[in-house]
Amino acid sequence: MASIHLNDVSVDFVLYQGSARSLKKTLLRSSTSGVLKHDAHHRVTVKALSNFSLGLEHGDRVGLVGGNGAGKTTLLRVLAGVYEPTAGRIRVEGRVTPLFDLGLGLDMDASGYDNIRMRAAYFGIDADEVERKMDDIAAFTELGDYLNLPVRTYSAGMTLRLAFAAATSVDPEILLMDEWLAVSDKKFLEKAQRRAESFVNRSSIMVIASHVEDVLRRLCNKILWLERGTVLRFGPVDDVLDEYNARTGNDAPLR
Amino acid sequence: MTGALFHRRSGDIYDSGDRSQSERAWDDLLDGGRRWRLWSKLGWHDIRKRYRRSVLGPFWLTLSMAVMVASLGLIYGTLFRLDLENYLPFLAIGLATWNFVASFLNEGCTSFIDLEPLIKNVRIPMSLHILRVLWRNLIIYAHNIVIFAVVAVIFGVWPGVTGVLLALAGLGLLLVNAGWIMLLCGMICTRFRDVPPIVASVIQLLFFVTPVMWKPELLGDRRYLMVLNPFYHLIEVIRAPLLGQTPGWENWAVGLLFAAAGWAFTFAVFARFRKRIAYWL
Repeated sequence: MASIHLNDVSVDFVLYQGSARSLKKTLLRSSTSGVLKHDAHHRVTVKALSNFSLGLEHGDRVGLVGGNGAGKTTLLRVLAGVYEPTAGRIRVEGRVTPLFDLGLGLDMDASGYDNIRMRAAYFGIDADEVERKMDDIAAFTELGDYLNLPVRTYSAGMTLRLAFAAATSVDPEILLMDEWLAVSDKKFLEKAQRRAESFVNRSSIMVIASHVEDVLRRLCNKILWLERGTVLRFGPVDDVLDEYNARTGNDAPLR
Repeated sequence: MTGALFHRRSGDIYDSGDRSQSERAWDDLLDGGRRWRLWSKLGWHDIRKRYRRSVLGPFWLTLSMAVMVASLGLIYGTLFRLDLENYLPFLAIGLATWNFVASFLNEGCTSFIDLEPLIKNVRIPMSLHILRVLWRNLIIYAHNIVIFAVVAVIFGVWPGVTGVLLALAGLGLLLVNAGWIMLLCGMICTRFRDVPPIVASVIQLLFFVTPVMWKPELLGDRRYLMVLNPFYHLIEVIRAPLLGQTPGWENWAVGLLFAAAGWAFTFAVFARFRKRIAYWL
């Protein structure tokens, strides 16, 4: 059974670029809510997550909300194992599918088929499994013979279809998403939503960061409200979202 | 939906706190090696991508190497007053090997920086990125070796089976060294972004002080000057057996020592900073 446990996790970024002093001034004036500190070597550090504890089990569908710089993306990357915490411990059981960048590893000069294979390889899926699913993926893209041509020859919409189909073709156990998959084409949108929802439903645990309330209400059963790298609220969707809207003055939620 | 639907592999458990940083660094190296299917595939993919729209593909390099060997061979052979049948095979294998060294040094520096999108999106062993870059340069090296083979046939140089086996062992030694050099340079260059240009100029300097175009004998009494250059030894363990000579024991000794010391240091640095690499990007 998939599970995620974070125990007292902290993530500190050391800012190396430019003069620390002036950078500090610049950052303190900005509206981000990360916490700036000096470490023992007098370097400026940003505490992106501080003393963060969280336990997720099978069936949890968590939406992340919070202002810019609250730590949503950092948290997702910690869950994906990209950032190993600077303090504390994380334990994740289950195959993690991070879906942060739809265009990851997209090679414009390779054919559509090759791109689907490459993407699967990045996520550690065996070649056989991909070939078995290839017809299904191909059918979903509706690209037909275009799949044999380099992606360079595709229109923007076609590229999006390909990326979307390839990304959602895996069986995710733990699914991590940053922002909802933006899909433009109207006709494709409905189809994409159905596929995306079945993709989400196949997963055991899902964590998604989104600013779109409609998406959060439809896909999630819990909301995690982050502020300054810590958990402000963690609970049922309606309770937390209502409070979040009241606090942020967002009384006309996007529908 | 139950967990049984998914193939659970041992790699499906990720725990940042179950082992020491050294053990995790070691695991990273092992995992990287174990996933050879992925890095060899990605390495080939890089080559195909680079040469996709050219007719000759990577053989363009072979061609330019052929032109270089022919012209440098004529000019420097005349300058140094060497027979072509002696000098050309020496130059062909030396230049091909040097090109390999220079490219793995250069690309080792930028491997993490170039693969930033991948590193920031998926958890993949850091060593896998290094192996991918090393593999694609090895493929290019193989294309350049063709020139040596042609020159060797023309001038009747035949290293014999022992010679080829010795050269392969030498290549193994070079690769082991390449591994730590690339990993170390990759980490340093990711943290300090002004290092890659410095490395590029060091490589240029190395090219002139390493006997690639000139023969070590030309140094005469000052041959000891080369003892301190590990790249001379690493090239010699491949070049000498292919030219029908036996590499000196000191070539192997220095190469092995360089590998042992280099890996010991690099491993310590890797164990300490492995998890910071993603933060530096």
